[in-house]
Amino acid sequence: MIMNTEKPIGQQPFNERPKPMVTGLKAVQTKVSSKAKPAAGLPPPSEDPERTARMRDRARTFIMPVVALFFFGLFWEIYSSGDGVVLPGPIKTITQSWNLIAHPWFDNGPNDKGLGWQLLFSLQRVATGYSLAAVVGVLLGIIIGKSAMAFKALDPIFQVLRTIPPLAWLPISLATFNQAQPSAIFVIFVTAIWPIIINTSVGIMRIPADYENVARVYQLTGTRYFFKVMLPSAAPYIFTGLRISIGMAWLAIVAAEMLTGGVGIGFFIWDSWNSSRMSDIIVSVFYVGMIGLALDRIVARIASLFGTRGD
Amino acid sequence: MTDAIRDQIAENEARFVDISGVHKLFGSGKSRYHALAGVDLRIAKGEFVSIIGHSGCGKSTLLNLVAGLYQATTGSVAVNGKEVTAPGLDRAVVFQSHSLLPWLTVLENVMVAVDSVHPGKGRQFRLDEARKYVDMVHLAQHAGKKPPQLSGGMKQRVGIARAFAADPQVLLLDEPFGALDALTRGSMQDELTTIWEKNRKTVMMITHDVDEAVFLSDRIVLMSNGPAAVIAKVVDVPIARPRTREALLEDSQYLEIRKELLHYLIGTGMHAAA
Repeated sequence: MIMNTEKPIGQQPFNERPKPMVTGLKAVQTKVSSKAKPAAGLPPPSEDPERTARMRDRARTFIMPVVALFFFGLFWEIYSSGDGVVLPGPIKTITQSWNLIAHPWFDNGPNDKGLGWQLLFSLQRVATGYSLAAVVGVLLGIIIGKSAMAFKALDPIFQVLRTIPPLAWLPISLATFNQAQPSAIFVIFVTAIWPIIINTSVGIMRIPADYENVARVYQLTGTRYFFKVMLPSAAPYIFTGLRISIGMAWLAIVAAEMLTGGVGIGFFIWDSWNSSRMSDIIVSVFYVGMIGLALDRIVARIASLFGTRGD
Repeated sequence: MTDAIRDQIAENEARFVDISGVHKLFGSGKSRYHALAGVDLRIAKGEFVSIIGHSGCGKSTLLNLVAGLYQATTGSVAVNGKEVTAPGLDRAVVFQSHSLLPWLTVLENVMVAVDSVHPGKGRQFRLDEARKYVDMVHLAQHAGKKPPQLSGGMKQRVGIARAFAADPQVLLLDEPFGALDALTRGSMQDELTTIWEKNRKTVMMITHDVDEAVFLSDRIVLMSNGPAAVIAKVVDVPIARPRTREALLEDSQYLEIRKELLHYLIGTGMHAAA
């Protein structure tokens, strides 16, 4: 019987650069020389070439982005200082929006809240829609992964529905719910659910035959099969779906809130545009990016805790 | 007890595993593959039988039929008088690829079988029971480890512990040591004989290792090359137990049987290659 050693889609860390080969080479050299020479003849740790190379690599990891950021800011500043450019430069952005940056939690009534509140309201909408999508998506994924009949029936429908852009759902959901809040949540739900369904069903369909045979011979049925074979086996796929979805949900909320209004970072950006507060927009967009990154990392971290899969 | 009943019991024990007239076809139409073409085999209670043959001769198919993982196209497979229709705990399998659940520890993997055998018992009882089988294969120190942390031999020992924990009537070993290096294989075979001597389960083992087959078995079944494989020859191994590897090397019977098997296998191997 052949083991399924195939890695699930999206399992490879995409943000890791290959380690420099030099380190490995030096490691081999030191090993050889340490065997040839007596231990007393070894260089002190501070001169250990392997360690120095590692330190240098680590320093580059921190310094290079700072250098890149500096040049990015410099060109931005130069561009913005030109005649007739509306976009404020980085320095102007910070000075003009200092109030917003320094006081994220101010609250002057429903139409004037700090960035912290705006983000929190958006996050709360995402959390609601995304959690619903996770529960429903995993359940539907399991059903179509387990039942060939359900797969044949539902897969074509899902393939069409998943290509629909998030905002195209908004008029439909506004017409259905008649309120901004549930409509925005529905848009998140319907955006996030497809990758979860599809990845879960693939994970279920790819449970290795070996594990299925173990379950059959050793009579793992019902909830024992579910928790000891099915879920752990499909977990890496499910988390891949969840990770793709959290990114998409965060993309969709900003757009949805621009149209539905109320408290939330999306509408805040739109409102700033209407009041020509360019620096506020830039600050908000920066926060949207940081939160998006944080959400992705949180789900990835949870995935790495559960995504154990050996041979 | 009347003689008739006694005869009946003896008869049942002689055909504890009863494979008769089994054909197995895979697929249909042009891609149809005739794996087994009329296999008859009886294994007595407490007997250790090895099935040996070249790759692709349908050895594993035969084992999977007894396990209930496959169904015979025609013919019947019965264990202890009961027709095999599905996999069950009475026919525990040690898989070639060990097939441990990698997210469970050694103890938990053995617990999988224990929980199925004793669903109503308390957790402490089931834990003790699982520990007993982990101890049996000398893995007590590694009970909390997960399969990816174990060596190939250790993984296969967990597989054996799990199979024994199911307390089966028949133990089905599908090339259990095929993936191990020669030294590990030797010590695993020693360990298996020691365990087997103690409880004399009925065993059906698939192997392609002649020495392994002779060392462990009471009887060796040679299969012809596929497609449409049949049983070509059955060789008895009347060497006294307990057997040790050193003693076997001097044993004339051992050398004789080994030669007979190798002759057959080399002969059919040449035939298959030609």
